[in-house]
Amino acid sequence: MRILSLAGRRLAASIPTLLLILIGVFLLLQLAPGDTVDAMMAQMGGGDAATARELRRFYGLDLSVPMQLTNYLWRLVRLDLGFSAIYGKPVATVILERLPPTLLLMTSALSFAFFFGLVFGVIAARGVNRWPDTLISTVGLIFYATPSFWFGLMAIVVFSIYLQWLPAGGFEDIGAVSTGLWRVLDVASHLVLPSLTLGLIFLAIYLRIMRASMLEVLNLDFVRTARAKGLDETRIITRHVLRNALLPMVTLIGLQAGTMLGGSVVVETVFSLPGLGRLAYESVVQRDLNTLLGIVFVSALLVILVNFITDLLYARLDPRISAES
Amino acid sequence: MDAVKRYFRSPAAVLGLVLLLIVVGMAISAGYFYPRDPLALAGRPLIWPFANPRFLLGTDNSGRDIAAQVFYGARISLLIGGVATLIAVTIGILVGALAGYYGGWIDNILMRITEAFQTLPNFVLLLVLVAVFGSTLATVTIAVGIVSWPAPARLTRAEFLSLRSREFVQAGRTLGMRDTQLILREILPNALPPVIVYAGVVMAVAILLESALAFLRLSDANVASWGNLIGLGRDVLRVQWYVSAIPGVAILITVLAVSLVGQGLNDALNPRLKQR
Repeated sequence: MRILSLAGRRLAASIPTLLLILIGVFLLLQLAPGDTVDAMMAQMGGGDAATARELRRFYGLDLSVPMQLTNYLWRLVRLDLGFSAIYGKPVATVILERLPPTLLLMTSALSFAFFFGLVFGVIAARGVNRWPDTLISTVGLIFYATPSFWFGLMAIVVFSIYLQWLPAGGFEDIGAVSTGLWRVLDVASHLVLPSLTLGLIFLAIYLRIMRASMLEVLNLDFVRTARAKGLDETRIITRHVLRNALLPMVTLIGLQAGTMLGGSVVVETVFSLPGLGRLAYESVVQRDLNTLLGIVFVSALLVILVNFITDLLYARLDPRISAES
Repeated sequence: MDAVKRYFRSPAAVLGLVLLLIVVGMAISAGYFYPRDPLALAGRPLIWPFANPRFLLGTDNSGRDIAAQVFYGARISLLIGGVATLIAVTIGILVGALAGYYGGWIDNILMRITEAFQTLPNFVLLLVLVAVFGSTLATVTIAVGIVSWPAPARLTRAEFLSLRSREFVQAGRTLGMRDTQLILREILPNALPPVIVYAGVVMAVAILLESALAFLRLSDANVASWGNLIGLGRDVLRVQWYVSAIPGVAILITVLAVSLVGQGLNDALNPRLKQR
């Protein structure tokens, strides 16, 4: 219970941050050339000045900037993100439609990076400065330096064009109307390459952190005690070292949540996944500033949420944290 | 001198330096090997690499020499990476120094702003900045710098926090030195090394960010950059995959070189950490 209130307090502390982001980006977007009405007029194929004036008044764009900002924040409290002129729908609806692929992609990429980062980190730490360690660390460095969009393209060339094992893009097969398990499998096969692509750089980071953290914990006194008790190496690793070495990894999930969301913009564009990241890209290209602001809000919210979950996980791994509050 | 010796004892660090020198050499010699505009029409489109001795790495979709674009792309990547890093580190040091030195409400406000920048995914912020200010070489460079400053700021702040109550700073204060003197002459020189080393990471990320932006065709289209070329190659990925593949290798090597040099500097300057 204590930890819940602790994490809750951190959640409350992030409200000013969220507000700061919204106000900052809102004011920034005022500097953008053209507004929603310009975009709408372009969509309609032009119109006279009177129509534009009428539309501006309808959307409250003729008010002063502080008034517009107040209006926006007030509407936000009621979860109204405004109207997207390009999609002809409320921004909240557009974003909600695009959220599931992104969440799926992020979860699978994170699981992939976390699991393999952990396994390879442990293997590297077990054979420190011998060939497994050197090999794993080198591959990790190369992964870290690989631009994700380029890796995605090369993966498409190899796995979709030459080997034809996996689809090159999209979220599901549009032609085949499948249900139940087949649909799940279909979506999963579409997500393999994007998840690998997005997770690659995080795999590199996780394995490096896991290796360092394992090496640190392996030198602590309680590990020596466990060895002295006569525990076998596997037990020491799984029951004593791993749990302590995992803490920095969990911290990293929270820290990297934003980077991962940013990475999904590129990955979703490469694999034409209809997700939030691709929506962000489209709204920049189409100058749909209302949607862009909505995405800023939702992605900041997502990052805060991930950090909240990380706090809870952290306390679960290390009971001392909740006791210390 | 010890640090230099330690640096050259690490094979990874030496490899990084060699790779970096090659990339820098490419950037410098681009005008010598390819005096013509790299974005000008050079020959038949989509010639495979090594097929024609005039175009060692082949040509892209519109018949431009890929090798020339790779050479000139080194200039753009290093320029954007370098200047953006300079911007990020300068803002970072300024914010971190003020927050760490003064503490209190100044620290509070500055850290809130830093937190806001870290909560918003940096690529999304980059998209917003490009949407607002357009995508010329200058705006993209500044935008990449602006989204990259929070980490150096946090690092500088931590250094300042630990240094500001040390004896030599207190001695300076008793001597009647002003705050600016204390910050610039006493604390900053001691706080700088880890921040400079971290600049390697910032630069690696900056190069990746710019190339991703260029790949999405949101960077300056009028310069020969690796990201632009990969984006172009995407249209002919099915058969002529080399158009995208070649510049990607260039990015990989550059980012690898910058990270290896940064890591090598870190190990050379903090030898105790390395032994762990």
